[in-house]
Amino acid sequence: MSARDDILGTVRRSLKRGGLTAEQEAPLLARLARPQAGPIPARSAGRDRRGLVELFDSQACEVHATVARVASLADVPAAIGDYLARQNLPAEMTAAPDKLLDGIPWDRRPLLRLKRGKPDPADAVGLSAAFAGIAETGTLMLISGAHSPSTLNFLPDTHVVVLPAARLVGPLEEAWKRLRAATGAMKLAGAAMPRTVNFITGPSRSADIELTLQLGAHGPRRLHIVVVEDDAVA
Amino acid sequence: MLTTSPAFKDNAHRALGDPVLQRALALLKTGFHERRQRAVDRLPEFDALRDAAKAIKDHTLAHLDWYLERFEVNCRAAGGQVHWCRTPEEARQTVLALCRRFNARTATKGKTMIAEEIGLNEFLEENGVEPVETDLGEYIIQLRHEAPSHIIAPAIHLTRTEVAETFRAAHTDLDPARPLDEPRALVAEARARLRQRFLDADVGITGANFLIAETGSSVIVTNEGNGDLTQLLPKAHIVLASLEKVVPTAEDLAVILRVLARSATGQDMSVYTTVSTGPKRPSDLDGPGEYHVVLLDNGRSELLGSEFQEILRCIRCGACMNNCPVYGAIGGHAYGWVYPGPMGAVLTPALIGIEHAGHLPNASTFCGKCESVCTMHIPLPKLMRHWREREYERKLSPRTMRAGLKLWAFLAKRPALYHALTGFAAKLLAALGRRHGSFYNLPLAGGWTATREMPAPQGKTFREQWRERQHNAGTAR
Amino acid sequence: MTDSAATSSKDRPRVGLFVTCLVDLFRPSIGFAAVKLLEQAGCTVEVPEQTCCGQPAYNSGDRVDAKALARRTIAAFEPYDYVVAPSGSCGGMLKEHYPQLLADEPEWGLRAKELATRTYELIAFLYDVRGMRSVAARCTGTATYHDACSGLRELNVRDQPRALLALVAGLRLVELPGAETCCGFGGTFCVKYPEISDRMVAAKAEDVVKTGADLLLAGDLGCLMNMAGKLKRDGHQVAVRHIAEVLAGDLDTPPIAAAKAKG
Repeated sequence: MSARDDILGTVRRSLKRGGLTAEQEAPLLARLARPQAGPIPARSAGRDRRGLVELFDSQACEVHATVARVASLADVPAAIGDYLARQNLPAEMTAAPDKLLDGIPWDRRPLLRLKRGKPDPADAVGLSAAFAGIAETGTLMLISGAHSPSTLNFLPDTHVVVLPAARLVGPLEEAWKRLRAATGAMKLAGAAMPRTVNFITGPSRSADIELTLQLGAHGPRRLHIVVVEDDAVA
Repeated sequence: MLTTSPAFKDNAHRALGDPVLQRALALLKTGFHERRQRAVDRLPEFDALRDAAKAIKDHTLAHLDWYLERFEVNCRAAGGQVHWCRTPEEARQTVLALCRRFNARTATKGKTMIAEEIGLNEFLEENGVEPVETDLGEYIIQLRHEAPSHIIAPAIHLTRTEVAETFRAAHTDLDPARPLDEPRALVAEARARLRQRFLDADVGITGANFLIAETGSSVIVTNEGNGDLTQLLPKAHIVLASLEKVVPTAEDLAVILRVLARSATGQDMSVYTTVSTGPKRPSDLDGPGEYHVVLLDNGRSELLGSEFQEILRCIRCGACMNNCPVYGAIGGHAYGWVYPGPMGAVLTPALIGIEHAGHLPNASTFCGKCESVCTMHIPLPKLMRHWREREYERKLSPRTMRAGLKLWAFLAKRPALYHALTGFAAKLLAALGRRHGSFYNLPLAGGWTATREMPAPQGKTFREQWRERQHNAGTAR
Repeated sequence: MTDSAATSSKDRPRVGLFVTCLVDLFRPSIGFAAVKLLEQAGCTVEVPEQTCCGQPAYNSGDRVDAKALARRTIAAFEPYDYVVAPSGSCGGMLKEHYPQLLADEPEWGLRAKELATRTYELIAFLYDVRGMRSVAARCTGTATYHDACSGLRELNVRDQPRALLALVAGLRLVELPGAETCCGFGGTFCVKYPEISDRMVAAKAEDVVKTGADLLLAGDLGCLMNMAGKLKRDGHQVAVRHIAEVLAGDLDTPPIAAAKAKG
């Protein structure tokens, strides 16, 4: 008997039943077809976009990310340029080949150099666009794809992420909902699901030595989030 | 992994006498259990979420076969493969075969307790594949050839000085003049060393905090980002997961994530929650070329439907050990196997046999703190008691203890004899202990009186005095 | 209405006192303090034939003996309106564990459940059921209180003792840091793993001494003997008593493990 059949057989024996009948299966299939949310904390409930930005900002700062809020895409180059200068970082970034990022007028900050594509190990600063922002916990959601290499989220020492306020949601469940909607199918199975979905809450850290918090364990030491408040940017 | 659980008492003795370990354990209190409390206090819905999380796990376990099949179907649909393994041996061989297929010389590893459970590192080494632990704590203890002492803080038993010494010994080209006094410097050193290992690795092995049946995904929850570099850079991503890790949907995951990090480290969310589904897609710019899930049973299917089923709800948050006064006194190594603390005291006997792990469920005061903080409402003391029952049935508990208990139970069932003897003992001990009020030394209670006084009885038993009182009241009336 | 102790009424319930084997053998004064408090709370107290609740057997995996003792105890206490124990540990055994232990025996399982609904730890009973809101006792000094585990986590005994102690004239109550952390007694645990037990009680003793209190109180004699034994061995002058003794104003008997009564 194959290990698979053996294991499934033992599971059924232990549960004192055989395989499920079609009748028993129906509610389970329904549960998968229409995933239901559990209790959702009130923390992010009933907030308009502005309220979500406020909550996201404060939650992200609490986990040692930094947040800059700008009015429009046109303000992004200056915001990032200023940030890099403040941190004494080179004005060089490896950017995800993402439509949103491509639409930013980078020439407004001519000294800022951008390289599109996946990062080399030595690259110092990575630039990504967030798929969504979760205000409840100050979490970014990034998904892999032709427009977005996941290594960019981890290899460079500094990670800069552009997040349009229109992509902010309250709880994590809403972020899943956005992904379900984006894939066009309620079901996230198979190819509809991106290879990697990263939920990122602050910069990398470790407390493995004497339980003292150190930032930048393996992933980025700094996470800088630029929130674009212009409602027209989606 | 070899067990030293049978030597629990000796292990504990050594741990209690180790001042460095004791200092490290003192950190647990502020490091973990106060942070957990603060995070819980900040979320009014915590208890409701805990109940919902428990219900999700209970539902999944009741239909585990079905959800595992759905997981497999969906994992395959995304281009992944599922390898079902009954035993640690099957799991080890599966991983090795995969490593050989990729001609792997090194395999980077994110934190996985299943790898510890199946003794993967030793096995890979013996077979010419170098496993490289990349979680900072795991890396440190791998260099020291030690086992983790905590499931989420594997090197919690070590001080910064010990870590510095470990690095100097292992990183032989390290400039002796370079200061490594501060944790910051130590983290930087490990980061630099491991960066190259990530880039060089042929396969990456991670654990899984969860599997999602709906999507066929595995999920890891980390703070360092090592698990991500481990899975994104090499040619293949191998996931080690045990059966009970599966949850139905992404929405169910959201519920459990809210209680996991809060219970574990007091964070609202861990830094990186990564959902991985299959290998890289044709248009993807990076990611592993293959994705394999090694699904381990190792006796868990037998726990279903037994009095121990509830331990399968465990999500390895570590809250039980962080809050356990016994763990706090002796640390994780004393337990002698992979899983320490209260959850280990229940799971370990199931995985290596009560005949080897009998001390673990016995070394508890049943104070109930673990159950009160358990994210998944697992009645840990009750399950430990069930192990004691199994042990008792099989006559595995120490003979002197069994004899003592039998004698006591014999008396307790015979009130006349019981009262005669207790009445006698109370008066005798009271007379002997009258002068000091307590005993410095008492036969048969040496364990107690070695370090504390044994209070002396007052004299007559309550029962005797009550009878006299009733009698006097009767005659007075 | 007669004054016979065998009569109960809504106003004057009959309470069966579960003395506990440790109180019976080591410190009957706690039992008498409990009787006094229960009578102050308007109860008629009786003490039926009893030995031990069976917890040592239960926690050692010996279900057969534990069940035998549970059945005896249930039968002995069924006639009373309430069962009250000056111990969260034994109270928890009767209230929480008997129903589980006997769940596979239809008749006894029901009887255990029924008795559980009428079983209480002493202080919780006085405060929650009898509504005790005044205490006649006086006690000069500074006390601190340790939450014994079973009472705290199985029976929710936490606020009641503090509320009643606040009513004792002359007594100042200081909170014990880590009051909810186990003292390391654990029944047979302290015998099976004396070294670990000692480390736990040493930490507890240290916390107690740091409060500066001259009196340590708790609601379970096992824990009290453990803490008193440690404090005394380490040369600390903290008096240790069961909370019932203080609430009943019975301070004539020497504290636990002490040589003689203080003046």
